[in-house]
Amino acid sequence: MEEQVKQIEKNALEDLKNCAELKALEETRVKYLGKKGELTALLKQMGSLSKEERPVIGSLVNKVRDELEEIISSKEVELKKAEIAKKLESEKIDVTLPSTKARRGSKHPLNRVIEEVEDLFVSMGYDVISGPELETDEYCFERLNLPKGHPARDMQDSFYITTEYLLRTQTSAVQARAMMANKEKSPIRVIVPGKTYRREDDATHSHQFNQVEGLVIDKDITFADLKGTLEVFMKKMLGEDTKLRFRPSYFPFTEPSYEVDVSCFKCGGKGCNLCKHTGWIELLGSGMVHPNVLKMNGYDPDKYTGFAFGTGLDRLAMFKYGITDMRLLYANDVRFLSQFDRKD
Amino acid sequence: MKLSTNFLKDYLDIDINSKEDVYKLAEDMTKVGNEYDSEGILIEATNLVIGEVLECEMHPDSDHLHVCKVDTGKEVLQIVCGAPNVRKGLKVIVALPGAKLPGGEIKKSVIRGQESNGMLCSIAELGIESKFLREEDKAGIHKLDKDAPVGGDPIEYMNMKDGVIDFELTANRGDLLSILGMAYEVGAIYDKKVKPIDLTHKDSGKLDFKLNIATDNCTMFLAKKVENVKIHESSPEMKEKLMASGVRPINNVVDISNYVMLETGQPLHFYDADKLNGMLEVRMAKEGEKLTTLDKQERTLSSDDIVISDGKRAIGLAGVMGGYDTEITENTKNIIIESAIFDSVKIRRTSNKILRSEASNRFEKGLDPNRTYMAIERSCNLLEKYADAKVIGGMEVYDKTNKEDKKIDITLDNINNLLGSNLTKKEVVDIFERLAFKVEDQENKLTVHVPTRRLDISIKEDLIEEVGRIYGVDNIQGRLKEMPIKQGSYDNTTREIRNKMINLGLNETLTYSLVNEKEANMFTMKDNEIIKILAPLTEERNALRQSLITSLLKTYEYNVSRDNKDICLFEIAKAFFMNKGEYKEENRLACLMTGEYYLGLNTKQVDFYIIKGVCEEVLDYLGYGGRYSFIQDKTKLPEEMHPGKSAVISVNGEVVGLIGRVTPELCKEEVYVMEINLDKLLAKKVGKMKYKEFSKFPAVKKDIAVIVDKNVPAQDLLKTIKNNGGKLLQDSKVFDLYEGKGIPEGKKSIAFSVTLGATDRTLTDEEINTIMEKIVQGLQSKHGAELRK
Repeated sequence: MEEQVKQIEKNALEDLKNCAELKALEETRVKYLGKKGELTALLKQMGSLSKEERPVIGSLVNKVRDELEEIISSKEVELKKAEIAKKLESEKIDVTLPSTKARRGSKHPLNRVIEEVEDLFVSMGYDVISGPELETDEYCFERLNLPKGHPARDMQDSFYITTEYLLRTQTSAVQARAMMANKEKSPIRVIVPGKTYRREDDATHSHQFNQVEGLVIDKDITFADLKGTLEVFMKKMLGEDTKLRFRPSYFPFTEPSYEVDVSCFKCGGKGCNLCKHTGWIELLGSGMVHPNVLKMNGYDPDKYTGFAFGTGLDRLAMFKYGITDMRLLYANDVRFLSQFDRKD
Repeated sequence: MKLSTNFLKDYLDIDINSKEDVYKLAEDMTKVGNEYDSEGILIEATNLVIGEVLECEMHPDSDHLHVCKVDTGKEVLQIVCGAPNVRKGLKVIVALPGAKLPGGEIKKSVIRGQESNGMLCSIAELGIESKFLREEDKAGIHKLDKDAPVGGDPIEYMNMKDGVIDFELTANRGDLLSILGMAYEVGAIYDKKVKPIDLTHKDSGKLDFKLNIATDNCTMFLAKKVENVKIHESSPEMKEKLMASGVRPINNVVDISNYVMLETGQPLHFYDADKLNGMLEVRMAKEGEKLTTLDKQERTLSSDDIVISDGKRAIGLAGVMGGYDTEITENTKNIIIESAIFDSVKIRRTSNKILRSEASNRFEKGLDPNRTYMAIERSCNLLEKYADAKVIGGMEVYDKTNKEDKKIDITLDNINNLLGSNLTKKEVVDIFERLAFKVEDQENKLTVHVPTRRLDISIKEDLIEEVGRIYGVDNIQGRLKEMPIKQGSYDNTTREIRNKMINLGLNETLTYSLVNEKEANMFTMKDNEIIKILAPLTEERNALRQSLITSLLKTYEYNVSRDNKDICLFEIAKAFFMNKGEYKEENRLACLMTGEYYLGLNTKQVDFYIIKGVCEEVLDYLGYGGRYSFIQDKTKLPEEMHPGKSAVISVNGEVVGLIGRVTPELCKEEVYVMEINLDKLLAKKVGKMKYKEFSKFPAVKKDIAVIVDKNVPAQDLLKTIKNNGGKLLQDSKVFDLYEGKGIPEGKKSIAFSVTLGATDRTLTDEEINTIMEKIVQGLQSKHGAELRK
């Protein structure tokens, strides 16, 4: 009988080895351990054994049964896992197919630059203010020390609507508005980004463009403060290595007046096409607020001084992003626009 | 203003001999505020030498070329020359191999079998502007005088080694439109004194001439007479200075009037005295009066133009150009010289209208009355010297000007407090003296005498600018003043809207406010007036847009024509119009969407509901959730919108914008647009964001479907559900819409999902059923809806 048990064990192990599916495993279990299974049948014959043989064989059969049950249950886990894996494998997708998403938007480069300028000056305690684009002659010219017939008005051929109204030629118009709006005549620290319009249109001038104006009025404001402020401004926009050159110039609303050049960021000042081989790029107009402008707008020039500056934002944006043709800014070709779709 | 350094040297001892020296002067002038456009040497050609033609034979294989042997001092070169005027014995300008001329580099070559080791040059080939050249200069090689030294530098020999700097002066520095003005400016930079100008001449006889100044627009008029002038070509030196200054030499007399204008900045006019009637008159032109100017053009004048008359008719356009009838000709013997000051604004207007000239440019900027005297005396001096003129004694004078120096008081503190500098009194006084301003040192202030040539200086800030620029702007250190700490403010809402639109997948554009008149009226209810530009650049941009959609639609078309697809654009900008006689500008948000919105394999074309979603996203984000509705009212929509697929956007019952499809008549493709008036919208207050407690008890979802008339808006049905659901209704939305088979004609089946719940308990079945019944009844009674089973 012992022989018989061993043979069954051998057969069972062989069968289990060949089980590749849960179904076959169950059949094998039934074949050996089921109610009518071979091992179960053997147990049923135990009665015919001698008193001495019975415990020996009994223990042997039990051992074999335990062994088979253990193998079957571990085999079951193994086969179940394989089955799931097979199912998941059949559900495999191509992860390289395109994603589903809404279109990607983009921020116009000019507004990127405006926001950068605003953030810088707001961090220095400036208020960002705005004014009308359809401006009166009074605010655009007269309150800025540019009376009718002044030769400097030649520099700014304007889009007039009537003899009194025009599209503002400069954000400086808001200077006078800021001063007039300040009833207490207290210190002022503002910048004004915005659209401006001039009667010219060619490869380098757009009839509509954007400027940012800065105005500071307080006691004890000097040219040195203007210089320091513009140094911070330009280094932030164009890089820490940027150098500034102040050239005395003439604007009717400031005295003294200065044009400001920045060292060419393309060639580092050695001379290239961008800076017309001078090493410098003219970028800002600036100066100390003209005493007539202070007076006309209600500030006492004996108590207060101030500085003002202005620059073209279109050119700043062009420099910052390496845009070579100004017209691209206004053409709005989506192949251009959609390039500005990420963090700077 | 073109500055000739040869000319400058007449009045200033200054070492400028090389190209490098010219560059340094230009840069030093820039630092004190005088920008230049270009700088260089009048003739930039290199490797030139004076040669003598020793032999000149016809080229064996050509009917016009010559083969020459030319002595260049060091060697005798064979050169092939094509000029008709080349001959043996001539002194010529030789460009040696390696010479760089404006036309290119000269190389050794073989011309039709004959070796040629250079080129014999004409004046034109050296780079003198053709407007300065005589016919003979263009026709053949240049013949030098017999005494020209062989082997020498021809440019130096011809006096043409002159530095030329073309300055772009600021509008206030009219004084720099003269060599004398330049001399004072350069003198201040290098601390050098300006040399005096020679005004001496003999006078004989007595002037018998009448002036009549009949307008306030002439403040000064001087007239003097010279007789028996001899007209011929000017000296090479004078011609060179004129050319370097950009003025074409004509003859000695005309050249002198230009030369004196260049020296002093005072334009002069010479009349042929024998063509006048012994008098000159200054008056305003008569409306429509005719005058033929020097350039033989007949001009029609207006009463805003100042003219010079001989008592009978206009003979010159004051300050702009003389008349043809009284001009100096080869036969002129006697001359009346005019030196005058006319109103700068009047001259500017006339010259803008008729013609800009060197003279008008100077009158416009304003003139120094002391120079008016100087210029007339200087012209007599030169006419005597170079035209053998007899100067008649006496001068006719009309003078209403002030010729005193301006006196301005200033303190050291005034200067240092504005510049942020630490200058000493000595430094300041030194700067004024370098500028040739007289300074009186009072105890606690300086009184500065500003010469009349500096019309730009009238207040102390002007003097501070002078100190700053001569001291050197680079010498003042920048600082950041300590100011009270405060938080700067900016318009955060516009930025939030911009970022939201970008996150919704739209590209931000930047378009022009100016459009054409037709476009300016589009996408409006035509109830406001367009604002038009008085003098537009083009008819395409002659009015201000009343709607941004116009601009976005143009941008869309631009992109389509470039094969760009899936265009979704937005812009935040202003629209302009006139309402009841008042100019208005409004901040607007506009967007345009077309093509595929969702990308990838499961694309979705833009339709009304996508742009509506964009609109709702913005309104909800700004806090207007639950306060807006979309109303389909044809009478409130512009004709450019598809009436069946568009709506006005209403917030709190007020229309703030429009949304929908552009009419197919305008746009075949399905293009959807939206525009919101941000001024109107943002004026509506939004409460602060606050946490609201949500229920801990489970809510119940119930679905109902009703059959209702097709044209009952879902928005209305939802409103009824809300009204009947009461406080326990937490949410309700449409989840299905069906028309067609099984639904009667003209009806639709619409299904809602309704969420009911309370914050303090779980609702009982009874409560729920009661509410649902009420809702169904409401839908039945209000909209005739029938519950779909």
